[in-house]
Amino acid sequence: MTTDSALPKHTITALVEDRPGVLNRVVSMFRRRGFNIASLAVGQSEVAGLSRMTFVVEGDDTTVEQVTKHMHKLIDVIKVSDISNANTVERELALIRVSANAQTRNEIMQIVGIFRANVVDVAPDSVVVEVTGDQDKVESLQNLLKPFGVVEVMRTGTIAMNRGMATGARTDEARPRRPSATPSSRATWTDRSGG
Amino acid sequence: MKLTGAQILCESMLREGVDVIFGLPGGAILPLYQTLPQYPALRHILMRHEQGAAHAADGYARVTGRPGVAWATSGPGATNLVTGIATAQMDSVPMVAVTGQVARAAIGSDAFQETDITGITLPITKHNYLVMSAADIGRVVKEAFHIASTGRPGPVLIDIPKDVFTEKADFDYPDSLDLPGYKPTLDGHPSQVKKAAKLINEAKRPVILAGHGIILSGAYEELRDLAEKAQIPVITTLLGISCFPEDHVLCVGMPGMHGMAYASWAIEEADLVIALGMRFDDRIIGKPSAFAANSKKIHIDIDPSEIGKNVKVDVPIVGDLKRVLRMLNKHVDAAVHVEWLGRVEELKRQHPSHLVRETDKLIPQCVIKEISEATNGEAIIVTGVGQHQMWAAQHYVFKEPRSFVSSGGSGAMGYEVPGALGAQVGRPDKVVWSVAGDGGFQMTMSEVATMVENRIPVKFAIINNGFLGMVRQWQEAFYQRRYVATSYTRNPDFAKLGDAFGCLGLKVTDKSQVRGAIQRAMAYDGPAIVDFIVEQEENVYPFIPSGQTIHDMIEEPRPHRQESRR
Ligand SMILES: Cc1ncc(C[n+]2csc(CCOP(=O)(O)OP(=O)(O)O)c2C)c(N)n1
Ligand SMILES: [Mg+2]
Repeated sequence: MTTDSALPKHTITALVEDRPGVLNRVVSMFRRRGFNIASLAVGQSEVAGLSRMTFVVEGDDTTVEQVTKHMHKLIDVIKVSDISNANTVERELALIRVSANAQTRNEIMQIVGIFRANVVDVAPDSVVVEVTGDQDKVESLQNLLKPFGVVEVMRTGTIAMNRGMATGARTDEARPRRPSATPSSRATWTDRSGG
Repeated sequence: MKLTGAQILCESMLREGVDVIFGLPGGAILPLYQTLPQYPALRHILMRHEQGAAHAADGYARVTGRPGVAWATSGPGATNLVTGIATAQMDSVPMVAVTGQVARAAIGSDAFQETDITGITLPITKHNYLVMSAADIGRVVKEAFHIASTGRPGPVLIDIPKDVFTEKADFDYPDSLDLPGYKPTLDGHPSQVKKAAKLINEAKRPVILAGHGIILSGAYEELRDLAEKAQIPVITTLLGISCFPEDHVLCVGMPGMHGMAYASWAIEEADLVIALGMRFDDRIIGKPSAFAANSKKIHIDIDPSEIGKNVKVDVPIVGDLKRVLRMLNKHVDAAVHVEWLGRVEELKRQHPSHLVRETDKLIPQCVIKEISEATNGEAIIVTGVGQHQMWAAQHYVFKEPRSFVSSGGSGAMGYEVPGALGAQVGRPDKVVWSVAGDGGFQMTMSEVATMVENRIPVKFAIINNGFLGMVRQWQEAFYQRRYVATSYTRNPDFAKLGDAFGCLGLKVTDKSQVRGAIQRAMAYDGPAIVDFIVEQEENVYPFIPSGQTIHDMIEEPRPHRQESRR
């Protein structure tokens, strides 16, 4: 799992049978064909007995075309969509444990607020921040928190869904307010998902 | 009606039209074997090794077009199938393998002879199953045969725990399938087909490159119609051999690493390559960027993932060849291509390296030629892997579909014995010759005993060069003739071995004995082994080294054994 690769990232979703071993089949195909998975999220779909997987894979267009075709060949895979170029909502959730003391806690809370993230646990020497957004947002927040001491990071991997209408009216809840003053030079996050 | 899992499996096999099973029992699969006497319509051939069972099922499938069936027990029985399953997967051969597994409660405990065979075979099967309830067996068998034999065929493995064989369940065989994730595309896209026809109609120098897909789809007539209507030369891949009669004027043989030089040159000079049911294997294309660089390409295949995998194509069509060609032929104009066909004939004259050279020595090529003549090109030829395989492909004149049986993608030495066994079981009406390497034969020769026992009258031509010849050839070409670990200095006497197995054993050391020995072997009522002691350092020509281009082709035996190319 590497995230800083020069190759473009593609988001692929797959509707699969919810049976033992299906994840193994899909992942084994990736490994065997030498395709790189940047992130992977699996969960139930709207249909009983079917799961949905979201892959973020790295590779040029030919590679990604091969990935989707080979995924399709698996008997347990019902539908594969490459939604990289589509109008989509992409989200992941991350929990970040940051060192915090009486001096730094406020500053951390401020950053968390700007990102519409939440502090979900407070201990004398640390806080746990919960953030939802696309990968860029999660990474930006992580970078901003780094100077305080990031102790532990847990990320779910991206999940993605096509937007409903061609007009793409966007009402993202998870969108942060754009920081009015950049707290640090590392805050390079730009809101690609909305205006 | 309640049946045991073992009975359900047998009933289901009968519903799928299974008439023969190649296998070898053991503890975990014993309940199934003990049920077998209740089903006399299921003929079981007891093999000497499970690799033999898998290759035999493969050989059976390649000559009949029906899925071959192999049974094995858990653990080592199952792992012994692996080479045969991988071979079937690489060559798109329909096969259903059934393995016994330890009882359900013991799974995951490293029980005696427990092996995760579904895990092991995940990347070498089209699909596989671990069946945890007798009630599922009927559905699974039905799905397995359907998946194995439709779309791009391949092996399916069914792993069944011992106590599932003995568990009772209601049996009623499902009459429909529920496989939402498996729907092969059969009909080509009409507008793509029209585009392809346009390219064909505009082409001045078209060639057809026909692969295994023609055979798998049974599209012989359609291929012939296309070739004859538009007068297009037909080149066949190794596994495409026998999909088009080799005595036909439009047949131009096999291209690639050890193909006919003129076939490779015809592709090089073509302005359109029509690739049918083939996958641009590296043995054919060499360096991908240099392959047929001056031509447009049409690629028709049932497997979408093959399209654009190795070579960029101009018009891809996904579909079953029989259907697609039928549609395509309607849009293709009759043509003559006089000039181009003349050029191809000229190429044949300029590059005669496939011809058997004149010599008094006993060379392998002449053995193949004699077998071809003695059988009038109507036998089934099964080969091992190596030099003898290439000579069989080059020098036998195949006239009937499904008559060349060989491990292509996997290149599995040892295929020649059980593969021939399965082929003969599938086609008892045919003469089956196994063109065997002395190396490969010794990997699986125990199955000769199976042939004698079951009256399976395969004729063996062992091309005995005392070497792992193909590897030796590479050592000669690329390692200054340093023969490391390729010479068998003390092979057994294969003729005597024939005696010991209880079949006919002959030894041929001189060219003058070749024809007589072939005749005697064919006249013998049973399996026969002919040990041809051939020139040891004969090489296969032409030879395009791995990953290189047609311009690097070595066509002639170079002045003997001098220093190598690199
Ligand atoms: C199971 C297996 N092991 C090793 C190889 C590598 N290999 C390819 S050809 C060859 C030589 C085969 O020798 P033989 O069967 O005598 O045939 P020959 O080339 O001499 O005609 C070998 C070792 C292989 N293809 N398969
Ligand atoms: Mg040899």
